[in-house]
Amino acid sequence: MSQSAQARYQYWVKTMRPKKPVAMNLVAAFLVGGAISEVGQIIQWVFLRQGLSPEKASTPTAIVLIGLSALFTGLGWYDRLTKLGGMGASLPITGFANAMVAPAMEFRAEGLVLGVGARLFTVAGPVLAWGMAAAFVVGLVRLVFGVAI
Amino acid sequence: MTRRVAAIGEGSYAVEGVYILASGTVVGDKEAQGPLGHYFDVTWSPSGSSRSFEREERELLQRSQEIALAKARLDWPAVELVLGGDLLDQLVTTSFVGRAHGRPLLGMFAACATFTEALAVGSLLVAGGGPAVVLASAVSHHYAAERQFRYPVELGNQRYPTSSWTATAAGSSVLASAPGPIAVEAVTIGRVVDYGQKDPNDYGSAMAPAAVDTIHRHLRALGRTVEDYDAIFTGDLGEFGRRLALKLAQEELGEDWRARLDDCGRVLYDLQRQDVHNGASGAGCSAAVFGGYLSHQLTQGGWRRLLLAATGALLSPTTAQQGESIPSIAHAVSLRAERGGEAR
Repeated sequence: MSQSAQARYQYWVKTMRPKKPVAMNLVAAFLVGGAISEVGQIIQWVFLRQGLSPEKASTPTAIVLIGLSALFTGLGWYDRLTKLGGMGASLPITGFANAMVAPAMEFRAEGLVLGVGARLFTVAGPVLAWGMAAAFVVGLVRLVFGVAI
Repeated sequence: MTRRVAAIGEGSYAVEGVYILASGTVVGDKEAQGPLGHYFDVTWSPSGSSRSFEREERELLQRSQEIALAKARLDWPAVELVLGGDLLDQLVTTSFVGRAHGRPLLGMFAACATFTEALAVGSLLVAGGGPAVVLASAVSHHYAAERQFRYPVELGNQRYPTSSWTATAAGSSVLASAPGPIAVEAVTIGRVVDYGQKDPNDYGSAMAPAAVDTIHRHLRALGRTVEDYDAIFTGDLGEFGRRLALKLAQEELGEDWRARLDDCGRVLYDLQRQDVHNGASGAGCSAAVFGGYLSHQLTQGGWRRLLLAATGALLSPTTAQQGESIPSIAHAVSLRAERGGEAR
């Protein structure tokens, strides 16, 4: 196998590879992500009508969304939603809930400690780790430069 | 029956006195709903709720082995050697099923090329005067593979257009020195080929060069061309991988394989309707497609000769995460119809 044969092959792979339907994916992500946000907004309105202040209404709203996402994950629906909406479904808090519930369901077979316990954060772990690291850096910047963010 | 094996080229051997007596296939729902659904022996659906995907995979394999033996009118004690493998770490499926049947066992791993590896090695052993009855099998389970290689099953994610769908399927074939409907003519053991492809969502492009390398060596050793076969089936290149294999054959060898070359992973599902993107993959894919559809074509469909060259991507999740390219391999077996194939 010569170097040029390999380079030629890699060029064919690049040019012949089926393309991702980017435009359609973007539209689907917008619609799915938007729909999830709308549902969240409606839930928040319900809590506001119950007399909660805007600051206090956001926590129960998140709890309801997480609960719904966990339920949909358990029913096997949320992965279909993500297949359609991509990041539109992965990025909202419901996507995070899916990333926690899916491994919890998955690793039941390996037991509660070494299965569910050890692998619950398989997917969400990196998000938490780097999210906290980023928060720390931003907090440090604020502390050092005294800017209000 | 004389049993004979002769080296005819690098890694290639002509064998005599080796036959496939019968094959057993078990597939999942999705595979049964595909265009080849009616060729499979059993459509299997999970029983009970407390079972694991790994246990289900064992049941698939065991059923396919039992069906193959029943169709060959043999009992377990007649099996002198069991050859085969699966995709799970430490080949647990093959070994755990071995605990049940208790026959001499050699576990094999060549990813999705496992079935032709088992057929090739089994044929060499039978032809060389070793065991007279060998059971060759391979199995994969979509969800058992997903949780080992990718993500938890219910985690939402989008698949790539080049992604393949690991088939829930098992296939077992009985190789024997006693005459049967399909004869093994020759085998070629593959070499590891790596053209530098790194995308774990695109096995087709990684494996296509290995398939072309093995098929080319096999044909050259036998002094044949693709026209000598009714069909040449690779395993699990899928739609994109097949196109790349055809391109390689055209550009590097100057040969047109379009009329003969197809792929097990490409035919198992309806690529559009069943939303599987590039097609099927998994050790059980080529085993079930051969045991169900292809062997039927040889015994009753009028085909005289088939070249089966399953391909395997020899990576692990760890090597993919470490940015290594994907080494691939293909093992080839030439098969001839012994009766019912006179139409051509």
